[in-house]
Amino acid sequence: MNFEEHAAKPLLRAAGIETPRGRLAVTADEAAAAARELGRCVVKAQVPTGKRGKAGGIKLAATPDEARVAAAAILGMNIGEHRVATVLVEEQVPIAHEMYAAVLNDPASKGPLLLFSGQGGMDIEEIAERHPEALLRLPIDIRSGLDIKALQRALAQPLACDRAALVALLGRLYAAYASGDAELLEINPLVLTADGRLIALDCKYAMDDSAIPRHAELAKSGTPDKLTPLEERGKALSLKFIELEGSVGVLANGAGLTMTTMDAVRHFGGSPANFMEIGGESYTKAKPALELVLSNPRVKCLLVNFCGAFARTDVMAEGVINAWLDLKPPIPIFFTIHGTGEDEAIAMVKDRLGIEPYDLMDDAVKAAVAAAQGART
Amino acid sequence: MIIRGTETVLVQGITGKQGTFWSERMRDYGTRIIGGVNPKRAGETHLGLPVWATAGAAARETAIDAAVMFIPPMGVKEAALDIINAGIGKIVCLTEHVPVHDTMYVLAAARERGARVIGPNTAGIVTVGESFVGFMPAFNARVFRPGSVGVVSRSGSLGTLLCLNLVQAGLGISVFIGIGGDPVIGTTTKDALVSLDNDAKTEAVALVGEIGGSMEEEAAEYARTMRKPVVAFIAGAASPPGKRMGHAGAIVMGDRGSYAGKKKALEAAGVTVCSTPNGVAEVLRRRLSGRA
Repeated sequence: MNFEEHAAKPLLRAAGIETPRGRLAVTADEAAAAARELGRCVVKAQVPTGKRGKAGGIKLAATPDEARVAAAAILGMNIGEHRVATVLVEEQVPIAHEMYAAVLNDPASKGPLLLFSGQGGMDIEEIAERHPEALLRLPIDIRSGLDIKALQRALAQPLACDRAALVALLGRLYAAYASGDAELLEINPLVLTADGRLIALDCKYAMDDSAIPRHAELAKSGTPDKLTPLEERGKALSLKFIELEGSVGVLANGAGLTMTTMDAVRHFGGSPANFMEIGGESYTKAKPALELVLSNPRVKCLLVNFCGAFARTDVMAEGVINAWLDLKPPIPIFFTIHGTGEDEAIAMVKDRLGIEPYDLMDDAVKAAVAAAQGART
Repeated sequence: MIIRGTETVLVQGITGKQGTFWSERMRDYGTRIIGGVNPKRAGETHLGLPVWATAGAAARETAIDAAVMFIPPMGVKEAALDIINAGIGKIVCLTEHVPVHDTMYVLAAARERGARVIGPNTAGIVTVGESFVGFMPAFNARVFRPGSVGVVSRSGSLGTLLCLNLVQAGLGISVFIGIGGDPVIGTTTKDALVSLDNDAKTEAVALVGEIGGSMEEEAAEYARTMRKPVVAFIAGAASPPGKRMGHAGAIVMGDRGSYAGKKKALEAAGVTVCSTPNGVAEVLRRRLSGRA
């Protein structure tokens, strides 16, 4: 789960990291009022995505009137796929030097990884590529936390700021990462001010979705994924459902098999209408899943691909068949079923729907693609 | 990592619905299930097997080579540490939605004790004809006919399909290693390749990957050194690219993670990458029959 800048910064502040003073505004007038309080300020679009500066979503304002104009320009603009509904108005900070710091879950070292660069700001990816030696990468044992002595040894590079203050700040960043079950907690830029303070000017925070149940309060300030009305229904049912542009409805179990079914639809010249996964513990939800897939008016046929391991194909097939007989949709359906419970599942499809499941996935996909194309013309 | 038919297996959460269902199937297949753990039912028997309060208590009474967990996500850390502290060397964690910080904690503890973890979020391991640990349809002979192809897959359902395709092509399976779909896992694609490379029953490898992460790229570097043929399928060619983790993700990942990047890395290492799972079976059939 991603957090917008204004929702991410409190995590840093709670750990003792300074951030600029700021106010949220949803209208240009509110932004002007905030600027009256803060003085020279920055007006920043609040969207859970990067590249805000390049998109024109961050503007400097010297006066309340300038803040009003800036906010009026930014509010309502689209950045990536997000429409800006809120701006963060922050005091301007006298920047002497910009740095970069982050902690993230690192699959390679199978633990937290601290990243730090004495050179930061917008072009950190470029710095990392051109001067990899300028980027500190410190793997951390999550059981003992950040090893301050190891950090001091690793911070061999010359620094623009006070070394002890920086080490303390990185310790706080790690503490915030740990307390917030972060996938990623990033400060870019981390600035040294003209008067020698270290301030987190911007912050990116992504919480591990699997940890949300133990952060119920904090998760309320996160940004929910942007969903279509059908996807909202899927989410309410705890189903992984993504609406796509095509015409072949896809119902499969397991993320890998679902992706593969979609790949195969494309490979044989068709286009999938959705991603819908009912594997794992949701394998009993075949009926609501089917109803959701069929609610999409673009669906011209349904392709069901079950490969049971944990998920029992007989349970899933029964749910699909019940829903199918209940809804009686006027489109063809194609099955391919293997794995746990397949004999019962295949017999059920034959007996109750009077159709023969395909033994090869490729053949079922080809038939479904042909049916969708026949329906289109 | 491979679990042999000679190895003993402890089931954490054996008394639950899934624990019961799969323990019976594992035992029927030949897996040496020696009992289970449930603190509330210690001292009882379940499925005719002893139930202990902890893995530690079990390990004091009997020799245990591996443990499999049927444990809800928020209980995994404590349960896994119980297994590790008991000195058990192999852990299969099936649970989905384990917080990644918990996983990292468990993996650090396992590394220190020399224990190997498979998962989380794996369907398990099948050593065909010997044992299976997890929830795979090992008992289905159409999917798991004995043979010489080792299979490594992040996904259980897709791995099952690929095994079926191999059997339909007239081949058989030596070992199936489900490594799990989580972002941080104990046994990576490369680790699984090493195990299959060292397995005497395995003559060729089917590698089933997915977009995201960089495990396939790391596996490619190892595949280059292997004498056994490796043929791959990568799921997700038609999927929209996954979320990128800000700048830090881009720095760590570079251009890795995409379908094109994985295909390129594997092909550069001499691995044939097929566009359907069935294609993998066809290529392996030709390779292995050409050899005989």
